[in-house]
Amino acid sequence: MSAFGHYSYWITVLLMVAGLYIVIARGNLIKKLVGLSIFQTSVYLLYIAPGKLIGGTAPIIADGFRLYTNPLPHVLILTAIVVGVATLALGLAIAVRIREAYGSIEEDEILAADRDSEGGA
Amino acid sequence: MMAVTVITIVLQRNLFSVVVLAGIYSFLMATVLLALDAVDVAMTEASVGAGISTVLLLGALHLCGGEEAKPLHRPWLPLGVALVIVGALVYGTFALPEFSDPLAPFRTHVIPRYLEQALAETGVPNVVTAVLASYRGYDTLGEVVVVFTAGIGVIALLRRVPRREEER
Amino acid sequence: MKRQMVLRVVGKLFIPYMLLFALYVQFHGDFGPGGGFQAGVIAAAAIIFYALIFGLPAARRLAPDPIVEAMVALGVLLFAGVGVAGIVLGGNYLDYFVLDGDPVAGQHRGIFWVEAGVGITVTGVMLKIFYMFAGRGRSLDER
Repeated sequence: MSAFGHYSYWITVLLMVAGLYIVIARGNLIKKLVGLSIFQTSVYLLYIAPGKLIGGTAPIIADGFRLYTNPLPHVLILTAIVVGVATLALGLAIAVRIREAYGSIEEDEILAADRDSEGGA
Repeated sequence: MMAVTVITIVLQRNLFSVVVLAGIYSFLMATVLLALDAVDVAMTEASVGAGISTVLLLGALHLCGGEEAKPLHRPWLPLGVALVIVGALVYGTFALPEFSDPLAPFRTHVIPRYLEQALAETGVPNVVTAVLASYRGYDTLGEVVVVFTAGIGVIALLRRVPRREEER
Repeated sequence: MKRQMVLRVVGKLFIPYMLLFALYVQFHGDFGPGGGFQAGVIAAAAIIFYALIFGLPAARRLAPDPIVEAMVALGVLLFAGVGVAGIVLGGNYLDYFVLDGDPVAGQHRGIFWVEAGVGITVTGVMLKIFYMFAGRGRSLDER
């Protein structure tokens, strides 16, 4: 029973580390941003999964239901989702500008171009 | 299923398929959230994650080009770091409360007060909206300001058309 | 040509319902899932859908840039304005129960206006960001 009890956390950990791996191990800027958003969604799961009560229902008060799931994490995660998409939009705008300035969105090529220009200038 | 999607995202190099897979992943996440009784969050995640994020990623992809280059070094160090973090986090999760434990400290303190008094004090049955807009209204104000800032940030970054136009 | 026609017909059928659904989600957020954020994103998605099918200039005629930019700021002002109204009518910032004689109705009114402000800003921002991304590619292609 204890293994099943913690299953949701393990999935969360797997998703979180996969997202983190994409961010640190891949050089393409757009793929890094996708990895970041995967990381963020795993955090949503981390907060909402413990709030669920088996046999409860959604936190909308109606007659006939007595047991509700915890509404407070829902509020926090709602804010977090919107902030996440705001971050994604700004990150993509910066990636587009980098592409226009350097001609590429691969981290290695951008760093090499910077080193070359510093050596020359 | 989500794990398979995520691993495919890690390994895929064609960025268009990465974007489509990210949309599928958001949709699966919304379904899981629905199964966890988080209806507001599921609706927001489905519309924002599978809708707007995919549109923005496709727009940026159109402007940036579609293939990811082959990595120069073998990623042993990041892989090692990732595995160490997995170990540490799994070790930590054993201290957390079990799934659907009614006695978790998560559930005491302020939650029963919100659930019992939201309808009486605000006249709004949806407790999430009541908490979001009334009990925690400041946080929502901050969030709207964040969205506003993202909007003007993107306007500021992308306003000027690139200078390459004058050289052509 | 056939594919274009299918898309146009389906688009014309769906888009009014999408906008209506956005309004429903916005104002029914008190009784079911929903609220300002979801409604704003759905409304922006409806107009983006229109832009994808009928082209960006057509969408720009439908929702011109000055209006979208005004929407971005208006929602935040509305939200902050509700707070200031709370001060003017005697309570603290963002107190809703002073907005009306009956405190519960005051809460209801406050939540209504606050969610409306949130929906307006989110629609404006999502739409504006889409215009910037799509418009940039277009200007690169045209020159």
